[in-house]
Amino acid sequence: MKAPMIKFVRSKIAVLALVASTIPSLAGGLETDRFRNCTWCHGESAQGYEPAPRLAGQRPRYIENQLLSFRAHTRDNPFSKQYMWGAAANVSPMMAHNLAIYFSTLSPKAADDGDKQQAATGRALYEDGNPDANTVACAVCHGPNAQGTRDIPRLGGLSYHYLKRKLEQWGKGYHAGAKPPMPQIASKLSPNQIEALASYLSFVK
Amino acid sequence: MKAKSMRLALSTAILAIVLSAPGRAEDTAKADFAPQALQAKIAYCKTCHGVSGQGFHGSTPIPRLAGQQPQYLENQLRAFIERRRENKYMYNVAHVLSPAMQTALAKYFSSLNTKPVGGAPKELVSAGKKIYEEGFPDAQVPPCASCHGPEAKGDGEFPRLSGQLHDYVFNKLVNWSAERGQDPKNPDTSAIMQPIAHNLTKSQISAVAAYLNYLE
Repeated sequence: MKAPMIKFVRSKIAVLALVASTIPSLAGGLETDRFRNCTWCHGESAQGYEPAPRLAGQRPRYIENQLLSFRAHTRDNPFSKQYMWGAAANVSPMMAHNLAIYFSTLSPKAADDGDKQQAATGRALYEDGNPDANTVACAVCHGPNAQGTRDIPRLGGLSYHYLKRKLEQWGKGYHAGAKPPMPQIASKLSPNQIEALASYLSFVK
Repeated sequence: MKAKSMRLALSTAILAIVLSAPGRAEDTAKADFAPQALQAKIAYCKTCHGVSGQGFHGSTPIPRLAGQQPQYLENQLRAFIERRRENKYMYNVAHVLSPAMQTALAKYFSSLNTKPVGGAPKELVSAGKKIYEEGFPDAQVPPCASCHGPEAKGDGEFPRLSGQLHDYVFNKLVNWSAERGQDPKNPDTSAIMQPIAHNLTKSQISAVAAYLNYLE
């Protein structure tokens, strides 16, 4: 059931990337056109699909920064390269700012797609870290309810698959130019810890 | 005259509190860890406190440790462990540290000399400097400089304030009685600051915090 859906979404993403990169006149188009381009992949109410994260309720400064980092090619994981580099190529800083504000105002829904069995382990790691192993508590920066702040992203309720993939990618060296300390922290997480964190966070409202 | 008598009263209060503080038996603790363990712990601290110990803005401001008084750092680590100072994250972090590790970390961070990160509203700096140097004798606020030093470098258990994140200073002074001195049976030097923090208005605190934020 899942595979054809992903294929469908991917084909739409590919179309978006193509459209955005080949029609520069869109950059001056209506704001609503822009939102529609994003929602093709990120969903009608920006709640995200499996490859594309939820944008609704995300911190505006984070969205803006990420759009600029796609444009600058510093966020360089495979999906970013494949879809977002093209999609963001003609997004001006002002457009990035406006899009970010728009999506941040939509109300987010939790993906609820993690493994319930692992949520408690993930929560303990998120809230307390592991001081004996020098693992910091995610909550120190991302907030007690994973709501994020300023340019620190909201993580609560993002999809398990997105979170897992993103946490794994830090360890593989993608997005290495990101502001410390995230690349350093995530590259030390074990596969089990990543599964647990992604599971827990997917349920956070 | 008034300022002078207040300073005398303050130093008497300080003396009383310092004398009543329990002895520190662990002072002579020997290193009970490998050098790599210290390096790993330092890296761990820097994850949140900044790569040069300069402080970092997480979900709340995380203070600068660079150049801080080692005795203050050690006392705060113990305060977190003993729940004299309320902070969930720092309790977790601190309670696994041996006394020797606490001493070694304090020594390391006190040795760093990092430029302040800045960011405070510059227009408040001159008002903040005046408060820092003169206090408000009529409001029972002594000059900050009388304990924290003319250059805000601190001394012993009195913390260095120069270069500190301004929003951290603001949050601490506004919430002083809710975070510090939380064990009535075990009073500490934080009691000195309590009435002073209480007598400062939020706008005065913002000004002092801005001044300290840029001070090297």
